[in-house]
Amino acid sequence: MTDAPLPRTQGTWAHLVYVLRANPVTLLAFGMFAFLIFCAVFGPAVVPYDPLATNAAKSLQPPSWEHWFGTDQIGRDVFSRVIVATRLDLMISVAAVALSFVVGSILGAVAGYWGGWLDSVLNRFLDTIMAFPLFVLAMGIVAALGNTIENIIYATAIINTPFYARLVRAEVNIRRNAGFAQAAKLCGNSDLRVLAFHIFPNALPPMMVQVSLNLGWAILNAAGLSFIGLGVRPPTPEWGIMVAEGANFIVSGEWWLAVFPGLWLMLAVFTFNLLGDGLRDIVDPRKRT
Amino acid sequence: MLSAYPRLRAVLLRCAQAIPVVIGVVVISFLLTRALPGDPAVYFAGVMADEASIEETRIAMGLDKPMTQQFVIYVGELLRGDLGMSLTSGRPVATDLANRLPASLELTLTALILASAIAIPLGILAATRPGTWVDHLCRVVVTAGVSLPTFFTGIVLIFVFYYLLGIAPSPLGRLDFIYIEPDHITGFYLIDAALTGDWETWRGAAKQLILPAGTLALFTLAPLARMTRASMLGALSSDFIRTARAAGLTNRKVLYGYAFRNALLPVVTTLGMVFSFALGANVLVEKVFAWPGIGSYAVEALVVSDYAAVQGFVLAMALLFVVLNLVIDLLYTAIDPRIGFEAS
Repeated sequence: MTDAPLPRTQGTWAHLVYVLRANPVTLLAFGMFAFLIFCAVFGPAVVPYDPLATNAAKSLQPPSWEHWFGTDQIGRDVFSRVIVATRLDLMISVAAVALSFVVGSILGAVAGYWGGWLDSVLNRFLDTIMAFPLFVLAMGIVAALGNTIENIIYATAIINTPFYARLVRAEVNIRRNAGFAQAAKLCGNSDLRVLAFHIFPNALPPMMVQVSLNLGWAILNAAGLSFIGLGVRPPTPEWGIMVAEGANFIVSGEWWLAVFPGLWLMLAVFTFNLLGDGLRDIVDPRKRT
Repeated sequence: MLSAYPRLRAVLLRCAQAIPVVIGVVVISFLLTRALPGDPAVYFAGVMADEASIEETRIAMGLDKPMTQQFVIYVGELLRGDLGMSLTSGRPVATDLANRLPASLELTLTALILASAIAIPLGILAATRPGTWVDHLCRVVVTAGVSLPTFFTGIVLIFVFYYLLGIAPSPLGRLDFIYIEPDHITGFYLIDAALTGDWETWRGAAKQLILPAGTLALFTLAPLARMTRASMLGALSSDFIRTARAAGLTNRKVLYGYAFRNALLPVVTTLGMVFSFALGANVLVEKVFAWPGIGSYAVEALVVSDYAAVQGFVLAMALLFVVLNLVIDLLYTAIDPRIGFEAS
């Protein structure tokens, strides 16, 4: 390494540094993302109180040095509960997005590469899913499959799958007869191999943007479902259910019960949205709106 | 014969395209009703049911018949407007939904009108003055708006306007108990009260409506403002705008007569998508504000495992959304005359 390396030798990394420097908001988003991951991994180990421990003598206390976010109606520490909930909320959304990523990729790649009746059937099917207001469909699915956390994940995955499938289908479709794909086929690669190792990786950058934007949406969705009483059950700490429980106290002025978990939820969604926008700038600067 | 009327042909074609979607929606909602965990008959027979009454329910519901035959029966019931009985209210689900639908529609439509009234001017201003405070405001609103959980915004608004400032009425339902419900004409309180000339009640209903509608509007504002800004920027940089300016047309004429008209199409498309979000978010807002619409009906039904009601709600929402998309697509032909001819 020289003191002033040529920009050309650095490629992607230099571009990344350039984008991060030009757009400090993205850097902030990465920082917040790291913080959320930290909370999810180490949260239960670092919080000052047991999130489930009740203390009737200290119920409904406003925020103080001792209890940063105050205490709830049975004396549980809201701060500890909010931090511990990070893991569950992130887990639900990451699992759901991962599922829809995999399923959407397979469906979209197959439909985009081979086309024909497979493609039409898939498109009809996706149109039908998109014909439902998505949150309402998620409610229906959870109601039908049963009221558990796994089913929240499945429902969120199902309503997200069309976005991935359509994206991959479009990306694969425009490249299926591209020069490099034909060259790979002439070299004796099977269709499946060409699709998986030569064409599909091209769809990954826009997919990553979609993943990031989608994570925020998945968290909102999961929290919304638990807000109306689906999936997570009390006393498990989870942001949506904490806001729902705190809502009963807002009209009597105990605002901290609902506001802090809500703010935390907002922060998480905001982080993923910023991250998605930032990633989009890195992947495709033209798409900025 | 139809080829003489390309517009009409396009409209009919678009209506025909909605049919497979409706069929798909019905199939999915059928699968949802039959995918209940364990045995649907056990659920519908109730908690106190014994073996015999479960078997009876199974036969009464036709669950002993093959799947395809069940589907035919299901479709037949749907065509007659029969969505089953609600366990909680003891009335047919279709009646319950019809009774509560106006409340939801009033809330959603008010919110969308409110959101459009703020978002579209904001987007236009941001596009015509890039880099100014309006543009930055637009960006902040857009990014914050999509991150706001509706149920949380609703609670914060209640806290600020009801508890702290005391200017909003208590967040319980459509009308404070001191007012008398207006006569049922359309089911929309604002319209009904206006029609009967009862402005006292109108004001009461509007006061009750403003917070939930504002909550929903905040949520739907972001995509609308974003799309208006983007498509206005696109339209303003196109050649015909340069030509219009060069021809010496007034700024106003260029902006609203040419640029906005062309930018409107993607905005209307976004409006359709936003409606889907709004219908979902409606459920949450209705729960927060104890709004007696179909969303809170479905939530109450979910809590007590009243599946017929939930599935009826899902189906009704989907059909509503399909119809809405149809209307929006038909609006295109009104906004952009080229579309009708392209399709032919």
